[in-house]
Amino acid sequence: MPPSEQDSTLVKRLRDGITTGDPGAVSEALNRIDDDRPENRETVLALLDSAIGHDRGPRIGITGAPGSGKSTLLDALVGVLRDRGRSVGILAVDPSSQKTGGALLGDRMRLGSAARDSGVFLRSLAARDQLGGLSEITGPSLDLMQAGFDQVFVETVGVGQSEASVIDLVDTLVFVAQPAAGDLIQFMKAGILEWPDIFFVNKSDLGKIATRTATELLAGLDLAGRGDTEYKPQVLCGSAKHGLEIETLIDAIDAHQQYLKSSGQGEVRRAQGRVARVRSLLATNYGRHGLSQLTGPLEIETYVGARPESSAERLSDELGREVEAALGKKAK
Amino acid sequence: MSPNRDRPWLIRTYSGHSSAQASNALYRSNLAKGQTGLSVAFDLPTQTGYDSDHPLARGEVGKVGVPISHIEDMQCLFEEIPLDKMNTSMTINATAAWLLSLYIATAQRQGSSPEVLTGTTQNDIIKEYLSRGTFVFPPDASMRLTSEIVAYTVDHAPRWNPVNICSYHLQEAGATPVQEIAFAMANAISVLDRVRENADVDDETLSRIFGRISFFLNAGIRFVEEMCKCRAMTLLWEEIGRERYGISDEKMLRLRYGVQVNSLGLTEAQPENNIVRIALEALGVTLSKKARTRSLQLPAWNEALGLPRPWDQQLSLRTQQILAFETDILEYEDLFDGSYVVEKRTSELLSAAREELQRVLDMGGAVDAVENAYMKQRLVESHTARLRAIESGELVVVGVNEYQETVESPLVEGGSASILKVDESAERKQIESLDAFRKKRNADDVAQALRQLEDTIKNGKNIMPASIEAANAGVTTGEWSQVLRDHFGEYRAPTGVGTAPVAATGTASEGVERVRVRVDEASRKLGRRLKILVGKPGLDGHSNGAEQIAVKARDVGMEVVYDGIRLTPQEIVQSARDEGVHVIGLSILSGSHGVLVIDVVEQLREAGLGHIPVVVGGIIPEDDATKLIEAGVVRVYTPKDFDLTRIMSEIVDVVSEHNAA
Repeated sequence: MPPSEQDSTLVKRLRDGITTGDPGAVSEALNRIDDDRPENRETVLALLDSAIGHDRGPRIGITGAPGSGKSTLLDALVGVLRDRGRSVGILAVDPSSQKTGGALLGDRMRLGSAARDSGVFLRSLAARDQLGGLSEITGPSLDLMQAGFDQVFVETVGVGQSEASVIDLVDTLVFVAQPAAGDLIQFMKAGILEWPDIFFVNKSDLGKIATRTATELLAGLDLAGRGDTEYKPQVLCGSAKHGLEIETLIDAIDAHQQYLKSSGQGEVRRAQGRVARVRSLLATNYGRHGLSQLTGPLEIETYVGARPESSAERLSDELGREVEAALGKKAK
Repeated sequence: MSPNRDRPWLIRTYSGHSSAQASNALYRSNLAKGQTGLSVAFDLPTQTGYDSDHPLARGEVGKVGVPISHIEDMQCLFEEIPLDKMNTSMTINATAAWLLSLYIATAQRQGSSPEVLTGTTQNDIIKEYLSRGTFVFPPDASMRLTSEIVAYTVDHAPRWNPVNICSYHLQEAGATPVQEIAFAMANAISVLDRVRENADVDDETLSRIFGRISFFLNAGIRFVEEMCKCRAMTLLWEEIGRERYGISDEKMLRLRYGVQVNSLGLTEAQPENNIVRIALEALGVTLSKKARTRSLQLPAWNEALGLPRPWDQQLSLRTQQILAFETDILEYEDLFDGSYVVEKRTSELLSAAREELQRVLDMGGAVDAVENAYMKQRLVESHTARLRAIESGELVVVGVNEYQETVESPLVEGGSASILKVDESAERKQIESLDAFRKKRNADDVAQALRQLEDTIKNGKNIMPASIEAANAGVTTGEWSQVLRDHFGEYRAPTGVGTAPVAATGTASEGVERVRVRVDEASRKLGRRLKILVGKPGLDGHSNGAEQIAVKARDVGMEVVYDGIRLTPQEIVQSARDEGVHVIGLSILSGSHGVLVIDVVEQLREAGLGHIPVVVGGIIPEDDATKLIEAGVVRVYTPKDFDLTRIMSEIVDVVSEHNAA
């Protein structure tokens, strides 16, 4: 069903608002795309499509164990970026109670001055039914926000599995490591070493323990079996609380962005991310058996690659209908 | 009457409001009525280091206490009250060094030297992080300030109690007796350890410092247990003195404490019942000689309704005087020595507290247990359990969840006439007088004093002498604090709400289950999960209520953005906009709701967010509630609304009504 006239006016108004960085429009659009009533689905998809091609800046993921100092680090990072005149959008993800669906979202408190700066847009998100991961709304929310702000962050608790899903959503992933929080084996067990582009060993004021953690991480990276062998992940030591090496971290993020551009890896990564998102949405709805129905021109990578103008959500809806049709035929 | 009567405790009333002049008049009239010491309540801007004309001070000036912006305010506060003869307790923490400096400078101008001053600076920052919320600086900087005040007074004002470790506010935040004892002891240890490591103190000085650490306890309605708590604390303090600090002087080893009885249990429903509660609670800490408080402050019976009038405070004063001068409690040795029952309960509390104290010490001590939120989490858990017990009826509160049937109380027939009417022009007058003061002082002296203060801090020298000079030079509270803010930075304390356990299932949570279903249903209609913003506008840091609302909202299945304390209306509007919430819940206890809540509602409208409903909770007199509703607030909750589950259900109604197609 094509969007009604009213809807297309709405979409245009919100898109114009988002691309000029109007926080009110970004917020309204984020509320709209979170609306899961079927009758509003077309508006959601139209909004997401409209954000495509309006990239303003990089998406950066900040992840790490609880207590590693992610919020403090983000606060410090944002302070420096704001001094450099960049506008910032932040998505902060906190877990939901599996029992009640409720969630306590405390990042506005934890972030302090960054959350109070009128040049910073902060949206807290509940992880909802995704155990230790990211709710389905995280990806589309980032898509909208990156059209509105110079730099967009997503902050999430890292437990290994979620690094794997956040990597599909961001250009640069920063892992905040806690000195002595775990030795190399622990990092490897959690599968953490495979994904981040930058490791920031926080609380460097603890001295030797921090340096040892950094050394172990460096050693472990060689064994991690990472996909992109051209880029050597950075391991930095600093202190979010004392503002140490924050500029170095920003430089490392910028350098990684530069690498993504010059090597063409940025494009590759975003394309892979889109495919992975469509695959994950379909897998949630239809399972492995459903996915196996998609062959030939309907094969996910081919289908998504051929439609750069459509959002991952629209493509997964379209392919979903194909899966249903194929399964329906067989049932007859 | 027996000739061997003990001397009574110091009789005080915690007071101060509007202006230095009005508070001075109140103090003099209280002293004339037989009060024997003063207890100064400062307003929130003074407590958090802002001048009365700072944007964050708006609506807060003169509300919960007296505004003191400079030396002339302080001189006016103690006009015709000779400080060499007065015992003054000052409830001041983050800015304790500054207010003590103003006090010393005032005494000097009256012709008294610091050596003769007696009194107390509360100066306990740990409980500010845990409960009271008027912290400013990070823990390390705050502990440095605390230890410098101790180091200064032990030599220059040896009769002054530099630190008053408060377990009072921990009980208000929900602490059990065991937690009250253990956390207070951990707190005192963190101060003493810091003093010992910093100031290069010898054994004799350490012994004197140990002897000058005093405590400020709470006393609730379970007054037998509260008495045992005081006894257990006395024993544990002595044990710590001997074992950890090698103190052997018996006099120094005695636990010295003052008490304010419980406000947590005072009810808005049938408020006259509070008169009885207050008297019984006072009895608990005066009856037994061994567990008798050194000074006592009683709250007013109508505290849950609004600010008490002079008459209400007089009733509390008379309660103390009847206990001290009419009854025979001061004529006997300890009544409970040898009581098997009292000793058993005391030793149970003692051993449980020892265990809990060890747990905190194993974490690295009180400062670490603030930063890792351990103590805060335990308090939130205890408080949640208490509120659930009241909701389920397991814990009886007469007039609230049992025996609600009542005739109308003649004491509150006058409506808002039964509480103090605040002078709405106090803020404007205070700002005018601050302006005038700034114009007439010597700007060069001020600049010089501020530079010297900055150097002192940078060089790690004791802050007191430079602060006393700054006081005399005409530096203001805001200026002094800004130098420290610039150097130390500001701190955000962990909230402890994130990890509070989800409500247990079972009969007690039937109501919760029903509201969960309603939240699910409403969320389906909204298209996304019901999202609420909970925060506190203004400078009031008493976050216990807001935290309990946040936890309960999560328990019934809402997504809760907990925005914390010390927010400007503009910040609240920004949060509501960015977060896309369906409803805003504001909590406010400082009496500044009239200005701040209405600012929020108006600014929401200006931002095009007028469709988001606002509900408010706090100590809000009926007339004010009507005004708030007229201004656009949709619900006002006061202490009589103890059933949080019902509040949640009403919030679901509010959201549904505002989103009906």
